[in-house]
Amino acid sequence: MAMVVTTKGEMDESLLEKKEGTVDNDHEITRWTEYWHEGELVHRSVHVHLKKNVFAAGVAAMIA
Amino acid sequence: MANTQAMATSFKGELLNAYHNFSATNPARTINTADTFKAALYLATATYNATTTAYAATGEVSGTGYTAGGVNVGTWNAPTTSGTTGFTTPTASITYTTVTLTTAFDAVLIYNNSQTNRAVSVHTFGSQTVTAGTFTLTMPTNNSTSALIRLA
Repeated sequence: MAMVVTTKGEMDESLLEKKEGTVDNDHEITRWTEYWHEGELVHRSVHVHLKKNVFAAGVAAMIA
Repeated sequence: MANTQAMATSFKGELLNAYHNFSATNPARTINTADTFKAALYLATATYNATTTAYAATGEVSGTGYTAGGVNVGTWNAPTTSGTTGFTTPTASITYTTVTLTTAFDAVLIYNNSQTNRAVSVHTFGSQTVTAGTFTLTMPTNNSTSALIRLA
């Protein structure tokens, strides 16, 4: 039986309602997993894959 | 007010002054230990951007399992070039394990813990919360078009 870390301690996954979602856009791919117990959110994990970087352009000036 | 993804402008100048060492082997100098870089998370209401010069606690997330200042980034791929672009990326994901962060956050600041917490870059993502869970940032491919830090 899979155990899940929750706000109420470790709980058997079979006792929980699992919800999952994904966001995929130009900026990131995000996957989240939630576990609910009796209408209460007891676990939420998020995995973000960064697609965009930061960039600096270099310029070599002309020596006049 | 919002966080904005950017390379810190101060970082660009500091590169010219050799403040930052991403590589464990630095052929140009006798410094063969990479600096320690860290990653701190910031609330969606914070204002971190290209003008950020150093890590600050203002606007940082707080919650169970999260330590102020964030986590170590770990090692970076040896900085290299391809075409006209220099680049590097952390070799592994950045992970915050078993944390509860109930106020929405949407940015991570990479900064140099070995150099008085000087800022490197701000990276944004969709606003998130975490409950008794793990928050993982997976890095882009380390190449000239996708690497986390690129100079061209």
